[in-house]
Amino acid sequence: MMCLPFKMFIGNYIESIERGADTIVITGSCGPCRFGLYSLVQEDILKDLGYDVDLIVIDALREGYREFGSNLRKITKARSLLGLFKSSRLALELIKRADNLTDISNYIRAHAIDKTQVNMIMDNFYKASLEIHGARQLMDLIDKTEKELHKVELIKNYDPIRIGIIGEIYTIIEPFVNLEIEKKLGQLGVLVDKSLTPTKWLEHHVMSYPLGSKSERTKYKLAKPYLSTMVGGHGRETIGSAIYYKNMGYDGAIQILPLNCMPEIVAKSILKNVSSDYDFPIMTLVVDEMTGEAGYITRLEAFVDLVSKRREKQTIG
Amino acid sequence: MGIDVGSVSTNLVLIDEQDNLVYKSYLRTQGRPLDILKKGIKEISDQYGEYKIAGVGATGSGRYLASVLVGADVVKNEITCHAVAALANNPEVKTIIEIGGQDSKIIIIEDGIVVDFAMNTVCAAGTGSFLDRQALRLNMEISEFGRIALNSSNPVRIAGRCAVFAESDMIHKQQLGHNQEDIVKGLCDALVRNYLSNVGKGKTIKSPILFQGGVAANEGIRESFKMELGEEIYVPRNFDVMGAIGAAILSREEVSSKGYTRFKGTDIYKQEYKVKPIDCNGCSNLCEILEIRENDEVLARYGDKCGKWSL
Repeated sequence: MMCLPFKMFIGNYIESIERGADTIVITGSCGPCRFGLYSLVQEDILKDLGYDVDLIVIDALREGYREFGSNLRKITKARSLLGLFKSSRLALELIKRADNLTDISNYIRAHAIDKTQVNMIMDNFYKASLEIHGARQLMDLIDKTEKELHKVELIKNYDPIRIGIIGEIYTIIEPFVNLEIEKKLGQLGVLVDKSLTPTKWLEHHVMSYPLGSKSERTKYKLAKPYLSTMVGGHGRETIGSAIYYKNMGYDGAIQILPLNCMPEIVAKSILKNVSSDYDFPIMTLVVDEMTGEAGYITRLEAFVDLVSKRREKQTIG
Repeated sequence: MGIDVGSVSTNLVLIDEQDNLVYKSYLRTQGRPLDILKKGIKEISDQYGEYKIAGVGATGSGRYLASVLVGADVVKNEITCHAVAALANNPEVKTIIEIGGQDSKIIIIEDGIVVDFAMNTVCAAGTGSFLDRQALRLNMEISEFGRIALNSSNPVRIAGRCAVFAESDMIHKQQLGHNQEDIVKGLCDALVRNYLSNVGKGKTIKSPILFQGGVAANEGIRESFKMELGEEIYVPRNFDVMGAIGAAILSREEVSSKGYTRFKGTDIYKQEYKVKPIDCNGCSNLCEILEIRENDEVLARYGDKCGKWSL
């Protein structure tokens, strides 16, 4: 039995192929998590389904310099090193801007008087982004959306509950998989922050290679008393992030666990101790294919009730 | 007034200003929450027509539907409502075990606030509807089911991990010729074990322990909990409508600070309600939208992801 992200990946591939994609880029891994098998098994599956695409696996640099370079060139179509540098920089810039837009929308949604306004603006953004071409147009669209978001009227002097979303990267960034947790919490007036985003991932794995970014190294250090080695996936990051959010003064954390994800299961059992040692509320939500949202919303609402009651009590007592 | 529209039962309660229970009704939802809700309101109207209802709270998985229909002042999730009602019943309570029709929860309380909770994740083996089904299969009244277990002297072991396996295990034991009471008791033990290892795992269960929700009526389950935990289990008098009581208390608090109620009056049962599904093709989400009409007026629309249909 494969884990949840595996299935979602295949779905994403097929959707993109049907929209005209001819190349798939995926990172490789030699860790203990099943992610290392993804590229090999998925290539077979796509072939069996009759899709003719190029699957490029980018392994970490230490797995071989030459392959790394030729793969990058294939993706970016750059002929020279300078061209390679230029197109990579553009791609990074786009990813950063897109992540930043999500952050802004989360902030505005938590503070907005009329939260549906924010939802409408973001929906229009996603729709429009499918119809445009090229980096320039996308940048312009992001600019325009940001401006619109800043026009939304906010509640004055509002100090929202802050919750960190922790867990495996793909599950926490893909709204369809996590049943739009950012939007749902935002609608309850909660300010959310994700422990991992494409930007944070790139900063850690690419920009600060081979040392890793400062924030991620801090998380390893924080997780060390509980888990001193990597368990694959983002198990160690999940634990470190929980403590990190506690130290940052957050009110609670929610772990999103894709069904059957081994590293997150390891993290889940450790989080229980983190929660009691640090006196920090942590809830785990397991996701896989369930679109009946009633139980999910009930848990989210109850968790928000729990942390806000705690905060009330701490400020009074 | 408190309304709890659950998967199996719809409960309505009335409380007075001191949070004393004045009226309660426990109706089976039977898959038709709208009709049953109307029926419940009609009963209240017939009995208490002349009294004034100062505020309404709604809870349960059908809380949004109920709120639209009656005009609720508070719409709260079940966990908060159960905790509020339990604390009103016994301010010292530390652990709440709640087992309803489709879900089971554990709520941990410290110094009067909820500090931790859990709900059953993917399995329904430990819940009321499974017990209902087994009682039906053994041709027993669900109300007798628990009492029969108390007569058992030698309970059989039944796999409680999964409802499907539990059932085949039960059939196997029954065909071997075990007594019915031993099988029923075995099932009670299995459900309690499943609850404690599934919902209650990793939680420190401290007394006083309150046991509420429809399944608390079952003496067999109560006894099994007592044996497994080695602690006294308290079942509040109105164990079956605690969610609704919690909602009612929250609505009393809300209305006393707000100064008015949104309640539309007990005459709403006379209105005609129609539900119309709409498939939205506006984007790739293909939302299923529900439109609720009172006579010819649109009361509410929901189910959309973007908010363009919501009123």
